[in-house]
Amino acid sequence: MIDPPLAVLAELTHRCPLQCPYCSNPVELERSKTELSTAEWIRVMREIADVGALQVHLSGGEPMARPDLDQIVAAARDAGLYSNLITSAVLLTEERMERLAGAGLDHVQISFQDSEPARADRIAGYRGALAKKKRAAEAVRMCGLPLTVNLVVHRQNLTTLEDLLTMAVDLLPQRIEVAHVQYYGWAIRNRAALMPTPEQVRSALETVERARERLRGRVTIDHVVPDYYGRRPKACMGGWGRRFLNITPSGKVLPCHAAESLPGMVFETVRERTIGEIWRDSPAFDAFRGTSWMPEPCRSCERREIDWGGCRCQALAITGDAAAADPVCDKSPDHVTLTSFTNQALAEGAPDLVYRRYGARAG
Amino acid sequence: MPRLARGVRTRFDPTRQKWIVLAPERLFVPDEIAFEIIRRCDGTATVGAIADDLAAAFHEQRHVVLKDVTALLSDLAEKGVVVT
Repeated sequence: MIDPPLAVLAELTHRCPLQCPYCSNPVELERSKTELSTAEWIRVMREIADVGALQVHLSGGEPMARPDLDQIVAAARDAGLYSNLITSAVLLTEERMERLAGAGLDHVQISFQDSEPARADRIAGYRGALAKKKRAAEAVRMCGLPLTVNLVVHRQNLTTLEDLLTMAVDLLPQRIEVAHVQYYGWAIRNRAALMPTPEQVRSALETVERARERLRGRVTIDHVVPDYYGRRPKACMGGWGRRFLNITPSGKVLPCHAAESLPGMVFETVRERTIGEIWRDSPAFDAFRGTSWMPEPCRSCERREIDWGGCRCQALAITGDAAAADPVCDKSPDHVTLTSFTNQALAEGAPDLVYRRYGARAG
Repeated sequence: MPRLARGVRTRFDPTRQKWIVLAPERLFVPDEIAFEIIRRCDGTATVGAIADDLAAAFHEQRHVVLKDVTALLSDLAEKGVVVT
């Protein structure tokens, strides 16, 4: 018996006005003509509830690029799902915010690139992004919705983390997320420009701890140590096919948003079978579910049902083998390779950023 | 007078046959006692009134109940689930 998933990430489109060099989308972006229709997304919301998930994260690309977003939100609400809009917010006007709140949206998460306008615009590859985001945060608050401020951090902005947190607190969010860049897809191409130094990582832990003390009972701050500086892997997505699934703009159903980087995997779409059928029984979800696929050192490890072997995409990116132990683990024979990638990224200095664009194949 | 924080709501989940607390980017399944406390956080009942109500409903001593209610609410307030 396979437990139902808890949450679904619905990538409504890969279109986005921003060009952040650490975008979590695959390097091969899906084009708008392949996207699911309004009617298909409405059906998908029902199927997400049917398979037993409770939350849906509406993401992208930029989900606001879909003019039918309020219809999709209403469908999520009708299906009983808790809906979370994950947005860059540059398209989030007061008028659209009111429509989304009226459709039953539960929560908004806005990502910020920096607290200083020129630096923020440089990372986003978009002029005037910061000012628009701040106005949008105000619109969220005026509609009475809870706000999460997501601060994406890396070597080029970590020294100003204190300023980033001050900016975030001024936006009156319920929750702040300090999110270290994760090195998949686009971010791997920019690893040398973005990899934090060990001093920055240590200092970030202290800065966040001080802010938590100051803001106790007012704002929750989530902060996770970046993978490359960890010694034990995270249970990626709570374990493959255990808690979470991802739907791409064209309707492919994935165990995680980066799973398409794994070679030789076939992903079924919501146009072929229901989400419930794909979740319970499909080659992609069965591939790394549970523990029977595990090699050593995971197979005999007492943590095998805590971290579930860590992240498959990271194993592939570092070791070349998607079925290897996540090299974040210091029991992995490839942990030294991870460390050498980190050192190499730091030694390379700060090359130009490769921006997220359709058809960009650098790296 | 405690109430659920902005963006926090409860629902009965027919798949798992359990009450669930849904919040931004997280959810949890409260045990029976925790749920009985959470569902009384409507912004109109005081902590004392919640304890009175629970003591009567579960035939428990009020001072014991009050201690549990206070501890749970303080934990939930710290996690941003409840505001007082």
